[in-house]
Amino acid sequence: MNASGDFILQTQKLTKGFLGFIAVDSVDLNVERHTIHALIGPNGAGKTTVFNLLTKFLTPSSGTILLDGEDITAARPTQIARRGVIRSFQISAVFPHLTVRENVRVALQRQLGTSFHFWRAESSLNVLNERAEELLDLVGLLRFANDEVADMSYGRKRALEIATTLAMEPKLMLLDEPTQGMGREDVDRITELIRRVAKGRTILMVEHNLGVVSTLCDRVTVLQRGAILTEGAYAEVSSDPRVKEAYMGKSAA
Amino acid sequence: MKKYLAYALLLTLLLVAPLLFYPVLLMKVLCFALFASAFNLILGYGGLLSFGHAAFFGGAAYVTGHAIKVWGLPTELGILTGTAAAMVLGLLVGVLAIRRQGIYFAMITLALAQMVYFVFIRSGFTGGENGLQGIPRGTFLGLVDLSNDRAMYYFVLGVCLLGFGVIARAVHSPFGQVLRAIRDNEPRATSLGYNIDRYKLLAFVISATIAGLAGATKSVVFQLASLTDAHWHMSGEVVLMTLLGGLGTIFGPAVGASLIVTLQNTLSSGPLGAWVTVIMGLIFIICVLAFRKGIVGELQAALRKSFN
Ligand SMILES: Nc1ncnc2c1ncn2[C@@H]1O[C@H](COP(=O)(O)OP(=O)(O)OP(=O)(O)O)[C@@H](O)[C@H]1O
Ligand SMILES: [Mg+2]
Repeated sequence: MNASGDFILQTQKLTKGFLGFIAVDSVDLNVERHTIHALIGPNGAGKTTVFNLLTKFLTPSSGTILLDGEDITAARPTQIARRGVIRSFQISAVFPHLTVRENVRVALQRQLGTSFHFWRAESSLNVLNERAEELLDLVGLLRFANDEVADMSYGRKRALEIATTLAMEPKLMLLDEPTQGMGREDVDRITELIRRVAKGRTILMVEHNLGVVSTLCDRVTVLQRGAILTEGAYAEVSSDPRVKEAYMGKSAA
Repeated sequence: MKKYLAYALLLTLLLVAPLLFYPVLLMKVLCFALFASAFNLILGYGGLLSFGHAAFFGGAAYVTGHAIKVWGLPTELGILTGTAAAMVLGLLVGVLAIRRQGIYFAMITLALAQMVYFVFIRSGFTGGENGLQGIPRGTFLGLVDLSNDRAMYYFVLGVCLLGFGVIARAVHSPFGQVLRAIRDNEPRATSLGYNIDRYKLLAFVISATIAGLAGATKSVVFQLASLTDAHWHMSGEVVLMTLLGGLGTIFGPAVGASLIVTLQNTLSSGPLGAWVTVIMGLIFIICVLAFRKGIVGELQAALRKSFN
């Protein structure tokens, strides 16, 4: 019934309860292939929890997760990552004490199959530098390749995160508030970057900045208190009075 | 280039050291430097505070002592046997502890090490409170008589450089790269498809094995394996050495170990002998308050600053 090839990711009645409190409530999410899909909703709506369930950082209380029509509800986080579902995190997900190049290289490294080789020289990883630098160039960070990440600005860390995610050749990228806490200029830069890297991929993103959602996203799902409030194109959703109400005094904050 | 010059200088110093200092003290320093370096692999590069490393250090010492004294194994084989025992013990402890994080990891490693300690108190082969005494030093490959302190020193130097080499390589290997990534951000490493528990376990086993190598060698130097080596004080001391020298730096732990061992040695024979523990505690406090990165870490930071 749901084997339609159009959907890369589907959830059926996905539910998560924490000690009697339902954080995600019977969510049916359908993410179409090669689209940018937004998941929005007020603070505490359960957006990050949905991401944690999709990547199995949390185990669903009930419900099913389908990737390409295949049930992955029982898969482990690493298995999901290896199938091309790569997530970012709400707070920046970089390796602060590695260099910028190393951050990307770590993502490329698994394909060499030498990641347990503790007797091999680190220079054996240099074959990956070219690809790492290509990716860094794509996100405009090439000239920082040798810098330690800890000293970089927040916006650049988020860009680096995207480069690292891209290194995994993801089919589906899950971005949790990629523009959170950024100044106007950085927001524009990251928006542009996401648009660029979305070509030939699917992106599911949590985003509070409705300007970003409106310019970037093909489809929007609104979550409220763990349940789907409505879903549709941005214009449709944003004119829905229930959505306005859910966001009242919120988007201003 | 400068780096190689520095290494050559260091090696020369290590080679002429027994002409200038008392070789037994130097050997003690070397063994503890290796022990601390092994510990640093798991704390400094793996981000896991093990509070049970004395079990591997002391355990290997007992097994080596027993293998040489009772089974009559040659010295090298005896040391290898003790080291292998530490590896197996490290695997057992690691499998049980590795899923825990932070303070829970420290607690479970401490608890398991205490169990090992009580086994050592109870079982006959350790000689109980007296320890395993009179372990013969034997020869190196049947050629060099190790009862000579200078000969023994060069043997110990070789063993320690080998162990140190393994650690330095592991840190700067594809494996070390992933390990540092895991230390920096576990969830992110998971989301990149790495099975983090396996990496931590391998790091733990390597660390335990080299800690065992250090303990095994020490037991041959002093011809003694005793409860002191397996006591939790020892687990604490190695934390202190590593922090003092510089956590997560290649040479820091060795520097920290040299300082602590020399200090203990100087103090214990002087009028301050009874105050050793207190002085160690003070050093620890100063270290934590004033120079967090440890001696080598602070030096590196200062150097980096003066270059920028
Ligand atoms: N591990 C957990 N244990 C208990 N409660 C949790 C846990 N994780 C999340 N929650 C709760 O679930 C609810 C949803 O949290 P979640 O982080 O998914 O919200 P969100 O939509 O991402 O919010 P924000 O916009 O603030 O990021 C919140 O009430 C939160 O307190
Ligand atoms: Mg969130």
